Amino acid sequence: MKNLNVLAPILLSSMLAAAADSQTASPQQSPTTPTGGSKTVKLCDNKTTVQVPNDAPKTRAEGQKISDALMAQWKEANPKSNWEQAEIEAHQVVSPADNTKLIGTGQSATYGTVTPQDVQVWKNETYKMAVYGSTVFHSGDELGSEIAVSCDMCHPRAANTHPESYPKFQPQLGRVALLRDMINWCIEHPVRGKVLAPDDPKMRALEAYIIAQRKGIPLDYGKR
Amino acid sequence: MKENGKIPHIKSVETRHLEERERLFSGLKALDRRTFLKVSTGAAAAAAAAGVSNHFHSFLPVNVAYGAEGAGAQRFTFAYISDSHLYVKKTNERFVRQLLRAVDDINRLDPQPDFVFYGGDLAQLGRKEELDLGAQILKSIKAPVHMMAGEHDWYFDMGQRWNELFGAQTYSFDHKGIHFVVLMSVVEKDFWSSRGMSPAERMHTVAGLDNAVQSAFEVGAPQREWLRKDLEKVPTSTPLIVFSHSPLYKLYRPWNFWTDDAEDVQAILQRFDRVTVLHGHTHQVLTNRIGNIQFHGMLSTAWPWPYAPQGLPALTVQMNRPNPFDSNDGLGDGSVSVHPDGLVDKLYNLWNRNPMQVKASYLTSGGKSDIPVAPTLASY
Repeated sequence: MKNLNVLAPILLSSMLAAAADSQTASPQQSPTTPTGGSKTVKLCDNKTTVQVPNDAPKTRAEGQKISDALMAQWKEANPKSNWEQAEIEAHQVVSPADNTKLIGTGQSATYGTVTPQDVQVWKNETYKMAVYGSTVFHSGDELGSEIAVSCDMCHPRAANTHPESYPKFQPQLGRVALLRDMINWCIEHPVRGKVLAPDDPKMRALEAYIIAQRKGIPLDYGKR
Repeated sequence: MKENGKIPHIKSVETRHLEERERLFSGLKALDRRTFLKVSTGAAAAAAAAGVSNHFHSFLPVNVAYGAEGAGAQRFTFAYISDSHLYVKKTNERFVRQLLRAVDDINRLDPQPDFVFYGGDLAQLGRKEELDLGAQILKSIKAPVHMMAGEHDWYFDMGQRWNELFGAQTYSFDHKGIHFVVLMSVVEKDFWSSRGMSPAERMHTVAGLDNAVQSAFEVGAPQREWLRKDLEKVPTSTPLIVFSHSPLYKLYRPWNFWTDDAEDVQAILQRFDRVTVLHGHTHQVLTNRIGNIQFHGMLSTAWPWPYAPQGLPALTVQMNRPNPFDSNDGLGDGSVSVHPDGLVDKLYNLWNRNPMQVKASYLTSGGKSDIPVAPTLASY
């Protein structure tokens, strides 16, 4: 959800600018509500609006102004819209494998060859999951900690989480543990939160982040 | 271990260890110095026979027993506690209990240390309530306490409350022929103003060890100037012991296991014959030597840090990888036994484990003699 919110207005703002540039009517203009000498222009969230005088010059600069005004309002209402960039800057999440050499070769998801867009989507989506994992990893609130403890307090940059060593027999649990079992153990005990379901988006993201940070380490399941 | 020439029943390592401790302490009650030395030596010999020669008990009698050198030799011991990272009690009582455990450890030492040094990061988020709570707990320490500031104490109000409670963050004092210096080594260049951060946001950023938005730690030019002046009057033959919250060398920048102007500070210290630097921040057993300067880390009472993926000094023998199922593992406090020559044996009193001792002779020999016992489970 978060992610759609980030991308959609950006797409729209460029459309707005393009539309103004080509001297056509603004998109999302409501034809039924002309208020005297101006019209209402809506952002694609269908909530954010600005009033534009009918006699405003139809230039690129004017279009950009409208678009900027809409985006400024939206950003005000959505202060965490740059969460992904902020998270990457603060915690330097390791980025996923580079698949650009596949561009133009083989078959893409459904048909045709792999396009730059395919590679971009794979990378963005995968990275986003790890970056979201980093926000959970670094936040006692996201983890539901009752004592303000988060994973990074013992595992900066996921150090000493050794995902490559799972599954392994964990004598203290009396059974073979997967990475997620140890994540849940830590959430329940040192962090003092509530355990996550294996398919909880936070659990999936935590696994993604921890594995991302150990990129390049050979798998060695069972290693003590 | 042999007793009365007989081989005893097979007992577990833990049982033998606990019995040994028990015997040592019951033997120590009401002893004169001569008998006392005998008991200590006996315990050390027993430990050696059990194959744990470097695992001396954390308790001072053993350290003092070394001190049979010539008359007039000024051997003494001080203890340390560090990195308690207190929240207010209603948020997190675990860290509070752990600091109390360290205070109890220190108060039980007999004889008492000459003083107790606190290594910084008393608070977690630099709040007045956290610092006040810490100050109140530290008041129950019987020996005199010297304080050092850490970044977690500082970046909410830029040290205001800390200064009110504990005085200046940079100071020096002399004790039994040693010149002690306390630095504030976690000065950060302003990264917050341009980002429009509130004090709470600034503190939160600094509190994240792996948060790359913050600046590198440094001692900074004004304090280096202060240090130069402070040491002007001190002869080079006087042993120095310097405290800094961050290690006064460059280990691993992404976690600020690092002091940006470390070389400049080292240059000021190098002219002295014997210099020891003790630092907090790293929450682990950490050993280094650069020229004449010997470096030791301090344990945390709150949580252990893993070893940095790069830059570990060759002389560091790692402590055992902490067991996550034991909430106090990898934590502790410790003491520092100062030889008459001013060099120190550093004792890491790891809770729930054998203590680790890193002797001056290990460092002066370049790691050739008195090597601490390596753990079975090193870092990944």
